[in-house]
Parts: sequence; C-alpha cells; structure tokens
Amino acid sequence: MEELQSLMGGFQVALSWHNVAFMVIGVLLGIVVGVLPGLGGPNGVAILLPLTFGMDPTSAIILLSSIYWGALFGGAITAVLFNIPGEAWSVATTFDGYPMAVKGRAGEALTAAFTASFIGAVSGVVLITFVAPLIAEFALRFGPAEFFAVFLLTFCSFIGMGKDNKAKIVIALCLGFLLAAVGLDTISGDLRMTFDVTELMRGFDFLVVVIGLFGVSEIMLSVEEGLQFKGSKAAIDLRVVLRTWASLPRYWATLVRSAVVGMWMGVTPGGAIAASFMGYGLAKRFSRNSANLGQGEIEGVLAPETAAHAAGTSALLPMLALGIPGSATAAVLLGGLMIWGLQPGPMLFVEQKDFVWGLIASMYLGNFAGLVIVLATVPLFAAIMRIPFSIVAPIILIVCAIGAYTVSNSTFDIWLMLVFGVVGYVFKKLDYPLAPLVLAIVLGDRAEDAIRSALIGSVGDLGVFFSNGLVSTLMVLSLVLLLWGPLSSLLASLRDGLGGSRTPRSAP
Amino acid sequence: MTPRLGIALTALLASASAAHAWEPTKAIEIVVPFSAGGASDQMARTIQGIIQKNGLVSQPIVIVNKPAAAGGEAMLDIKASPGDAHKLITTSSGIFMTPMTSKLPVTWKDFTPVAMLAQDAFGLWVNGASPHKTAGDFVTAAKSANPPLKVGGTGAKREDQLLSIAMEKTAGIKLSYIPHQGGGAASVQLAGKHLEATTNNPAEEFANWRSGSTRPLCVFSEKRMTYGDPVAGDQSWADIPTCREQGLDVSYQMLRGMFMPGKVTAEQQAFYVNLFKRVSETADWKEYLARNALVADFRAGEPFVEFLKADEKKHEALLSEAGFLVAK
Repeated sequence: MEELQSLMGGFQVALSWHNVAFMVIGVLLGIVVGVLPGLGGPNGVAILLPLTFGMDPTSAIILLSSIYWGALFGGAITAVLFNIPGEAWSVATTFDGYPMAVKGRAGEALTAAFTASFIGAVSGVVLITFVAPLIAEFALRFGPAEFFAVFLLTFCSFIGMGKDNKAKIVIALCLGFLLAAVGLDTISGDLRMTFDVTELMRGFDFLVVVIGLFGVSEIMLSVEEGLQFKGSKAAIDLRVVLRTWASLPRYWATLVRSAVVGMWMGVTPGGAIAASFMGYGLAKRFSRNSANLGQGEIEGVLAPETAAHAAGTSALLPMLALGIPGSATAAVLLGGLMIWGLQPGPMLFVEQKDFVWGLIASMYLGNFAGLVIVLATVPLFAAIMRIPFSIVAPIILIVCAIGAYTVSNSTFDIWLMLVFGVVGYVFKKLDYPLAPLVLAIVLGDRAEDAIRSALIGSVGDLGVFFSNGLVSTLMVLSLVLLLWGPLSSLLASLRDGLGGSRTPRSAP
Repeated sequence: MTPRLGIALTALLASASAAHAWEPTKAIEIVVPFSAGGASDQMARTIQGIIQKNGLVSQPIVIVNKPAAAGGEAMLDIKASPGDAHKLITTSSGIFMTPMTSKLPVTWKDFTPVAMLAQDAFGLWVNGASPHKTAGDFVTAAKSANPPLKVGGTGAKREDQLLSIAMEKTAGIKLSYIPHQGGGAASVQLAGKHLEATTNNPAEEFANWRSGSTRPLCVFSEKRMTYGDPVAGDQSWADIPTCREQGLDVSYQMLRGMFMPGKVTAEQQAFYVNLFKRVSETADWKEYLARNALVADFRAGEPFVEFLKADEKKHEALLSEAGFLVAK
C-alpha cells in the first residue's frame, strides 16, 4: 500500500491553503473557459500557462489541471441549456441534454451531467493512483530507442484509432513535424528552415500555435455561423439534485461501461472527444431503452459525460508517466511541464515525487471542488450566455492575443497566432483534425532526437529498435495500432460477407 | 566594445561608493539558458535561495528556464531586453560557442558583464557497474569497440562534444557522441546503461554518484579538485585523478557567471556586482561550491572582461579546429 502512503503525502501538499485556493480559482476559470464557445480546455490552459512560469511547479500544475476539470464540467452547461457544445467533447451531451432542457428537466440533466463527469473523473484518478507507480519502475529502461518507439506508438495510435479520415490525420501530423523542425536542431547544433529570419530561429512555440488553432479559429467559425444564444432557464435546487442522485444506481451498467471506455481512450490517445461519442454510441447499442435515446433520456447524458471525463483524466497518466499526452489539453500541459523545468516521462515519478503525488491528490480534490462549485454556480454561468456574442468575441480575441504575446514578449507571435487561426479555420472547414498537428509540434522534435540518438549509437543499424523485449513490444504495438483501422474494417467486411461496407469509419 | 568596457570600469568605481544608488522595484528574473536539473539551473536556484534566505534583495527572484536553441533563445531574450535591469542570465562557455557555431545574431558583447562566480570542471563518468576503473581502461575498451562507445553530453558543438573530439584526437580512438537536452538527461541515460560514459560537470552527476548509479574515472582539469570531504562512500572530489594523470591528456574548464542585458546604467550594474559579491561570501555559497566541486573564482569589472576576451579566443580556436566555426 505504498501508493496510499504516497497519496496521503500528496494530500498534504495539495491541501496547503494556497494550493486549495489555486484549485478553486482554476475550477472557476475552467468553467468560464468551458462555457464560452470561443475558448476551450487546450487554449484556456495555454493562455494561462505563461502566468505560471514563476510559480512552484506543483501549484502551477494544480492551477492548470483545475482549469482542465472546470472546462470539462463547463462544457456541459451550454450543451444542455443552449444546445451549443462549449467543448467538442460535449457534442454528444447535447443529443439528450437539450431535449431534456426543452422538456423543463434542465436541472435534472445538468445534475446528471456534472455527477457523471465526477464519476468519470474519479475512475480516471483511481486508475492513475494505482497504475502510475508501476510505470515508474520502468524508468531506467528507457533509452533513445525506447523513447522513439513510444512516440511512434502515439503517432500510430492517432492514425489507427482516430475517428477522422486517416489521410487527413497523416497530413496534419506531417505538417506538425515540418513546423517542429524549424529552429535549432539538438543533434547537429545547426539552425534549420529559419531563412535567416530572427523570429523563426526560436522555432514555432506550440503555445502560440495552439492559441491560434483553437481559440482564434473557433471565433472565426462562430462569427461565420452567426451564432446566437437562445437559452432556457435552469433552476437547480437541492431537491432536484437529490432526486437525480437517487435515480443514478439504476444506470450503473452505463456508468461502468462509459468509465471503462473513457479510461481506455484516455490512456491511448483517443481523447475525450472520441470517448464521449463512443460512450454514447455504446449506450445507444446496449441500453434497455435505447429507442428513447436522443429524445431526452438521462442515460444519454450520463454516458458521454462519464466517458469524456474519464478520458480527460486518464489522459494525464501517459503524459506524466511516459511524456505522451492523451489529449490536446494534456499536450499543452506537457509543454508546461517542460517550461517549468520538469522532464515528463518515467523519471518524473522517481525524481519529483512531491509534484506527482500532489497533482494526483489534487485531482481528487479538484474534481470534488468542481462538482460543488458547478452545481452552485449554474445560474451565474447561464447569465454569461445572455451577453451578446459581439461583445464576448472581441474579449476572447484580446485574451488570446495577450496569451500569445506573453510567451516570449514578441508581437511577431500575435501575427503568428492569427496566421494559425486561419490555418485552424481552414482545417476545420476541410474537416482536418487539429489534435495530430498539435501533437506533432509538441513531440516531433523529441521523436526526431530520439531516433537520431538511437541510430548514432547503433551506427545506423535499425536493429536497435528490436534489440530488447520492451522496445520490440512497443514497435510491434505501434504497427498493430497503425494497421488497426484497415484490419478491423477488413474483418468487418469479411464477417458481413463480400457485400459488406468497406468504409473504415465506424458508427458513432 | 569600448562603451561596455567603460560601463564595466565605471561600475567597479561606483560599486564602492554608490552601491545602493539603485534598487530593484519588481521581481528579478534570472534566465537559465539550459533545462532544469543541469548545472546552470542548479546554480541559479542556489543563488535564488541564498538571496532570499539572507534577505539580500527586497524583491523576489524568479528563475526562468529557456533551453531552446542551445541557450540561443535565452541569449536572444536578453538581447531583446536592453535596459531591463530586472533581468539576468546565467552563463557558461555557451555564451561564446552558441553564437560562434550558429548564425544567431547575438554575442556576449550585446550584454553587460556582471560577474564570474566560479569555474566548472568536467569529468569522465561511467555507470556504477562498469568494468572500467581508469581512463586507461576506457580508452582500451574504446579502441576495440564496434560500434564505437556511446558518450553523452549536453547539446551539439559545445563543451561536451569538444571534449569527446579532444579525447578521440588525443587517444586515437573513435567515439559516438550523443547530444542530450541537458546534463541531467545524460546522467539518467548513463544510469540506465544506455550510454558508456558522459562528460558531465560534477553537479550533473553528483546525485547519481552518491546513489552509486554512476562514478567518475577522471576529471578534465589541470590539477585535482581541492574538496577533500567524502562525497560518495569514502570517496571525495579530491580523490578523483586528473585525466592527464591517467594518460588521457585532455583538460578543459568552463566559466559560470552572470550577465545583464545591454544598455543598463552603471548604478544598476553596480547593484548586481555588489549583490553577487555578497552572495559569494556567504557560507551557503561556499558549501554549494564544495558540494558541486566548483572552483571558487569571483571576478567582476575589468578582470572579468579580460578573462572573457581571453576565453573567447580560446574557444574560437577549439571550435575552428573541430570544424564547427560558422562564417558570418
């Protein structure tokens, strides 16, 4: 029970008054970020990242991860009340949440959404609590070849498991690799693709890129769609909350199923968005009253929210233990860790025990605080939605610009942010996924360093990637994941007989 | 160059009379041009602790790591903040090498020299379980190794790679130099037996030496280190032989100092010269020097500028010999 002891130590760190204060502030900010359609988890965290540079890393990650929890909670508010998903992972919540609100059961729907989020999150944290220490023991077995294999695994699983068009994922990844290569190359010590432009010598800072890709592009889309808010009223009182809670045990199967799906999707980089759809899809397939799903069933709210939050939380496990982000927000947090001077990866659990366990303890506390705060403040956040978009949009844009500028006090970065805003807009219009692009920008450099270091050591012999059990397993797993999509659709079409569909897309 | 030299001279004069003419009015940022856990980072954090513990400055000290572009990011950041007296940069020999080996539009002459705090040694380190007992064993093993032995260090075209090249030339061997983001990362790789050796600074291997994961074969200095207290088991820094003693005739040391952005006033510079002078006189600092086996060598004003000029020439020669010099 070494984990429990470490966890208690973690609670001591997380329960210091300033860390609790950061937690509450983080959750509140996160809810705002989650509610506003122009902001989101990844860019909310990205914008605030520079403010944490001077902070103690433990407090910084508690603040930022609390924003993440808040955003996960907040996304559901607008989804239920206004049929506008504040976050992409709340899209599936609108399917049944909004019909419930229309029928006057908004309070019930929101309580269900928040509680489901909480349950999902706690399953994710329990997973992290007991699996993370095992991963730490692998610490010293990771050389450059192993690190490269892990990065390859991430890239391959994005391609293999991603729900988007495979070719588009590959293109997004490649664009990310190209951008990541700009700047000084660690292995040769030379500058690449900078064209003697001073600003480019720094390389593309992923923060600036993320703020543009997610924040600015979302505003452009909202403007184009002529977004309008037509909200319904939400009244939550204790009676509604208790009545909803009393009905939850009936849906245990849905909750467990979604939590498991979410944890799997979080640990592999499927992400919260895919998890929420998968959770909803599975509920639709296996639920006893599946016919009513989509017309305002509480189960239709529970399923995607549990899965999204379980995935969102578990996504931090591979980030902390292996240095691989399981979601876009985790990718932003990963960059943050490096900026604070922490080397994410196996050694984090050996060298930074206080940090890791403080964070894990804060996950329990942060989600609990989130549940309480979100239940108490729903009417307030519903009011935000009544501010005209023409006022909200410029404010969001200014916040984005400040965030981009703060990264390295450079006005060039604001232009860069706007350029990436357009890139993000085009990506979304053409249905290209953004997460692989961000992933490649964050990890492209490290993957390249790892493969080149491994090959320098082996004098160019590719056998180094199959030289021991660990690295071979990772490499084989990568290839399996890469080929997962084509293989599973091939199997499906064989099962359906030769007339079966050959499209690689599975049902949502 | 001359105006900066002028400032340095004025600062030296001013430091005696008007040390308190200028005081920082907000948090002081120390930019570390390397990743956390490396020697520069540890030094900056120690200084931060000493200043705060002894109340030497009323304003808080903030450490910012800017490891991108081999410290070039941090140097460009300081260059982009002329006149900002609330910013400092910790430096090593990278202050010469990064500009010389890249086309980065920056040199140390864009900055205001504050003080040299110490000089840092380099060691030849192996895994704790390695069969090599001396530098001679290592050289013998390297001669017959195929593929070549892997030696890790910080960055490319910098101190550690120069050391690897110097070893290759002196001993007539071939090594595979593998660049890492920082000395800490290289040390972890050595502890995991993914490398045969590192050329880390004492501070970068200190923790792993104590835990028995790694150990030193020799130190690349002219003479042995002076610290005789036991560090790992009954071994002290002074017990480590020089590489020259063991027949590997390579020696190299590196400056560790502080710079400010250009265009600061003489009073501002004098404030920091005085501050670091006081830091260097504390017991905590002396303890830090001993623990990391740094060579105590405080220089400010003219002696520091003279040292910088000579050291720059030395590095220019080393880099040119290795073929790393970039024509601008």
